Amino acid sequence: MRIVVPLKTVPDLVEEIELTADETGIEREYLKFVLNEWDAQALEEALLLKDAGGAEVVAVGAADDPEIDQTLYTALAKGADAAVRLADASAGSPGPAGTSVAARAALLAGYLEAEPADLVITGVQAADDPDGQLPPTLATLLDLPHVSVVVSVEAADGSVTVRQEFAAGLSHELQVQMPAVIGVQSARQVPRYAPITRIRQAMQTGGLTERAVTPRAPRGGLVLRRMHRPARSGRAEMLAGSPGDVAGQIVELLRARGLVKGRATP
Amino acid sequence: MVLAEHTARQVSEGTYELIGKARELATALGGLTEVVLLGPRELADQLGGADIVVCVEHPALVEYLPEAYERALLEVLTERSPRLLMLSNATVGLDLGAALAVRWDAPLAAYVSALGIDDGAVTATVKILGGKVLVDVELPGKRAIVTVLGGVFDAEAGPSAAVAPVVQLPPPTGLDALRMSLRQVFEAGVGDVDIGAADMLVSVGRGIGAQDNLEVVRELADALGVPLSASRPVVDAGWLPKTRQVGQSGLKVKPRVYLALGISGAPEHLEGLRNAELILACNTDPGAPIFDVARYGTTVDLFDLVPELVDRVRG
Repeated sequence: MRIVVPLKTVPDLVEEIELTADETGIEREYLKFVLNEWDAQALEEALLLKDAGGAEVVAVGAADDPEIDQTLYTALAKGADAAVRLADASAGSPGPAGTSVAARAALLAGYLEAEPADLVITGVQAADDPDGQLPPTLATLLDLPHVSVVVSVEAADGSVTVRQEFAAGLSHELQVQMPAVIGVQSARQVPRYAPITRIRQAMQTGGLTERAVTPRAPRGGLVLRRMHRPARSGRAEMLAGSPGDVAGQIVELLRARGLVKGRATP
Repeated sequence: MVLAEHTARQVSEGTYELIGKARELATALGGLTEVVLLGPRELADQLGGADIVVCVEHPALVEYLPEAYERALLEVLTERSPRLLMLSNATVGLDLGAALAVRWDAPLAAYVSALGIDDGAVTATVKILGGKVLVDVELPGKRAIVTVLGGVFDAEAGPSAAVAPVVQLPPPTGLDALRMSLRQVFEAGVGDVDIGAADMLVSVGRGIGAQDNLEVVRELADALGVPLSASRPVVDAGWLPKTRQVGQSGLKVKPRVYLALGISGAPEHLEGLRNAELILACNTDPGAPIFDVARYGTTVDLFDLVPELVDRVRG
C-alpha cells in the first residue's frame, strides 16, 4: 500500500505576525515557518499504518514552501520511506505560497495522476487556507472519495476504516474504499519525535527527490481585498505589575465571586 | 441557500445561525432563503425560518455520510441554482465546502466571520492564522460557497413558528453505489469530570509548551478545587484527555470564570467559550485574539504567574 502524505509549512503561530504595508500579505522575511500541525498528525497516522502492516509512506512538499527541505528530512527521520519535493513545471507560478489551496491541490493532483497512491493522508486544514481545505479539493480533482476531521485510520483489504469526529464528542465510523483521501484532525497517538541526529543523518544521506509536475487547472479563487488585524473592540482590561501584583489582582477578582475562600491578604 | 445539519432528529443551533443571516442577505439581494434538508422530511417542521425547504430523502441520507451528502447537495445546487451556499465551518462544511467548490465550480471562502453584499457581489471576512489575521475577500462570479464559523451570527434570528413550503427533489442516481458506508455511531464519551458543568475552569493552551509544565497548573486547579481543561493542541499532544477539551471539536462550557493560560484564542476554541461569564487571559503575546473576548488580561509569563497564584490561593 502506497500512502502519500502532503506536508506544508505555515507561520509559527507562537510568533507575532506582521502585515505588509499594502495590507495584501504577511511579512514573511523574519517569520519562522513550521510544519502545519494537522499535517504532523496526518504523518503520524500514516506512520502508524506503516507500523501495523507495512505500508510505504511518501512525504510530499511543494518546493516553494519555506523550510520544506527541513520538514521533509524530518519526515524521513521519523520513518517515511521517501520524500518528494514538487516543482511546478508550468509557466505560471501558483501564487504566493500558502495562500491558495486551489493551486496547491492542482499541483498535488498533477503529481498523483503521474504516481498514484492507494491512500492520501493529510491535515484536515491549515492555519492559512482561506479558500478552503486541501483534502476535499484534491480528492475532487482526482474523483476520489474523501473524509475529513478524522481521528483514526485503519486499513484492511482494499478499504480503510476511519473515525470521523463531530462536535460535542459525537463520532462516526466509516468504511471507505481505496484509493481515498483522508483529512486528519488528530492521530491515534502523539506524533513521534525525531532526534536531531537522525534528521542530520537523513540530510547527509540525501534521499530527497525532486519532481517537476504539470498542475491540473485549479478551481476559481477569491479576490483578496485587504488583510487586517482583528478590531480591538472588546479589548480586555490589562492587569499591570509584577507577576505577584497580577496574581494578587486575579485572586481578588476570584474572591469577589466567592471562588477563593478566606480574607484578602495585605 | 443553507444546508440544514441535524443529529438525533434535531436541527443544529449552527443551522439557525446561518438561516438568520441568510434571511438578511436574501432581503438585501431581493431573493429567497432556501434551506436544504437531506434526510427525514418531518424535520422541515423545525425550518420555518426558510421561505422554501428543499428536501431530498434516501436511506443513505438518514445519518450524515460525506459522499452521499455531497452528491445530493450537488444535485440540489444544479437544480435550484442559488446565489450563495452557506455551510457550517465544522465537520460537514470541512467535508463538503471545498469539494463542492470544485464540482459546482464556485469560489469558496472558509472560516468566515462576517458576510455581506457589496454592489451585488458577495463579500466575506475570513479568519486565518489562528484568528490573528482577518482577510477581506470578494467571491467573484454568479455563485459562491461560504463555510461560516460557529457563533458568528445570531441563532435567535433563525427559528420561526411559520411553516415553510417543502419542495421534494428525487435523490440523485448513484446513492446506491457509494464508495463509503456508515458502520457505527459513537455518542460522546463520559469523562472523569464534567467540565461543561464546572463553576470555574483553569484552562491551558499551546503556551504550556511541554507535558511536564502541566504540573504547576494542575497545582493551581487543585488549590482552587476546580477542573483543569485545555484547548485542542494540548489534547492532540496527548497531555490531557479529550474529555477536558474546550472548543468546537471538544465541549462547550459555561463557567462563571474561565482562566485561560497560554491560550491564544483560535476561533474554534472561542466557540466553546461563548457562554463563559468572565474570561481572564494570560498570554505573552499582546496581539493574541483571546484578549478580544477576555474581560481581564495579562502578558505576564504564565510560569511566573501561576506559582504566585498558587501561593495566594492557598493563603
